[in-house]
Amino acid sequence: MNVHEYQAKAILRNFGVPVPEGHVVYNINSARDWAKRLGEGPYAVKAQIHAGGRGKGGGVKIAKTADEAKKFAREMFGMTLVTHQTGAEGKIVKRVLIERGCNIADEFYVSFLVDRATDKVTLMASAEGGMDIEEVAAKTPEKLFFEAVDPVVGLTAFQARKVAFKLGFEIAQVKQAVPLLMNLYKTFVETDCSLLEINPLVLTGEGNLLCLDAKINFDENALFRHLRILDLRDYDEEDPMEIEASQYDLSYIALDGNIGCMVNGAGLAMATMDIIKHYGGDPANFLDVGGGATIERVTEAFKIILSDQKVEGILVNIFGGIMKCDVIATGVIEGAKQVGVKVPLVVRLEGTNVDLGKKLLAESGLNIVSADGMADAAEKIVKAVKEERQQ
Amino acid sequence: MSILINKHTKVITQGITGATGLFHAQGARDYGTQMVGGVTPGKGGTKVDGFPVFDTVEDAVKETGATASVIYVPPVGSADAILEAVEAGIELVICITEGVPVLDMVKVKKYMEGKSCRLVGPNCPGVITPGECKIGIMPGYIHKPGPVGVVSRSGTLTYEAVWQLTTRGIGQTTCVGIGGDPVNGTSHLDVLKMFEDDPATEAIIMIGEIGGDAEEQAAAFVRDHMTKPVAAFIAGATAPVGKRMGHAGAIISGGKGDAASKKTFLAECGVSVADSPAEMADALLKIWQP
Repeated sequence: MNVHEYQAKAILRNFGVPVPEGHVVYNINSARDWAKRLGEGPYAVKAQIHAGGRGKGGGVKIAKTADEAKKFAREMFGMTLVTHQTGAEGKIVKRVLIERGCNIADEFYVSFLVDRATDKVTLMASAEGGMDIEEVAAKTPEKLFFEAVDPVVGLTAFQARKVAFKLGFEIAQVKQAVPLLMNLYKTFVETDCSLLEINPLVLTGEGNLLCLDAKINFDENALFRHLRILDLRDYDEEDPMEIEASQYDLSYIALDGNIGCMVNGAGLAMATMDIIKHYGGDPANFLDVGGGATIERVTEAFKIILSDQKVEGILVNIFGGIMKCDVIATGVIEGAKQVGVKVPLVVRLEGTNVDLGKKLLAESGLNIVSADGMADAAEKIVKAVKEERQQ
Repeated sequence: MSILINKHTKVITQGITGATGLFHAQGARDYGTQMVGGVTPGKGGTKVDGFPVFDTVEDAVKETGATASVIYVPPVGSADAILEAVEAGIELVICITEGVPVLDMVKVKKYMEGKSCRLVGPNCPGVITPGECKIGIMPGYIHKPGPVGVVSRSGTLTYEAVWQLTTRGIGQTTCVGIGGDPVNGTSHLDVLKMFEDDPATEAIIMIGEIGGDAEEQAAAFVRDHMTKPVAAFIAGATAPVGKRMGHAGAIISGGKGDAASKKTFLAECGVSVADSPAEMADALLKIWQP
């Protein structure tokens, strides 16, 4: 789960991490007042959306006066901000952060994440702050420093010192960096982050370290023990269909193609998308219906798939293990009837009671094409969609 | 022969009085697994469908002599259940539970360092040695005893591969679902090493997914140390980049993780890579005949 920059900073502030003073506003009326409360300018005016690269799209501006802060906020509210992370459709700005400005003398990069190669939380740092860190990793990997953290003792002072010296800090900054890094680690483990990224960490003209930007992703599996973090979820920032799907325990991700997929199991769902592509088609979505393809879930899955206007055909691929194929077939038939599926529908069933399942599909009176195996299923749906287009 | 489990393996179920735990304990027993009991704190001394229930894993081990445990405990208690099994001297812990917090697993992994206990999962379908022992949620009947080892991160995609083998008349030594979580107990590499050492396993199908570099590590082992043929499929060629995890995730393993680069590397290491998930068994048959 993602949160906004201002929310991430509030969490960090609670853990004693230095962040700029600031306040989020939801409308232009309060922008100037909040700026004034921060004292003299300059101010940073920052559009709050769940995506990076906001500066290039006009979502981050420096205002000299409170009036100018209000002017920038007015420009930002309601604007569709397009960055390299939002996709072409962009995101509408509904919240703006007003912060006290600072003199930037130098910029650094710091992040914590779970490294699956070492099974440990790892601190990653670079003196190349403010840059796209993937670019740094690709072009100059020697400029990235890593420190794996032992979960029993946590990030130690000597590890933090080591990284601080590698970043080129003077001793005065090293002394600030050690508690800063240790508190970032504390934030990471105590709130169950999956990613905590400070880019940039700045050195101010006055010689202080400050987290100028902050990005936090939380481990969704751990949210049950962080109900206050769950409250920070901003549904405006998420795909409405993905939210709808999650309410029915369906895992759904929209893609750009025209063949809808309904599959049980994440691995098989990915493989089904792959085989559609392999036979010259384009998957419209990833959809994992999970272990039990009940009538209700299949019906909801059909509704979600068909709410995507691009969908011109549907492939259902179910490997019935514990679930019997005749039960699944009944779910598919009832679901298709209730929703009124009008596009070509290919169903591939395998597993327990498969013959009975296929018989039910054949006798349903619905226009369901039955397939034998994944390859046959993919070929049939790709062909059916092509034929439909030619008519 | 087989790896990890066989007809002599005595198994207990942690969370046996829950609906899921009991259902799969019964399924395992029906398959022929020596399911000797289960654990639910507070229900010790009772029985559920003939299975003796214990308060602690320690008690269960003492009374039943179990060496393997399967965990259906909900995510909030999964890590604790794993640790309890490790402490009780269980040799093989299989955690089926989906949704275990990743930082819980980071602690579990650290705790298990240097201990002889092996963890499979979490978020996995389990392990089966066809005809002998089934521990997990996979449908038993799609399997058949034979010479091919199967290792996979996924559940239903593993069934797909097994079914392709079985319908071609080719059986399996052991099928291991290692689970789809970023931090898990057993890797592709661990399982390949076991298959290499298992005299009954003649060939292997390895099923991977995008993300991380576990498949690459396994492939390097195939190239440098394995004498047995390995076929593979990598799921997720069409998956959107960075959907689950923002950028920093891919960096740490040096930009590895997409399906195309994994497939290329696997092929370079001498693995027969299936172009499509329908061709997993055929990819193996290209380089090996039963």
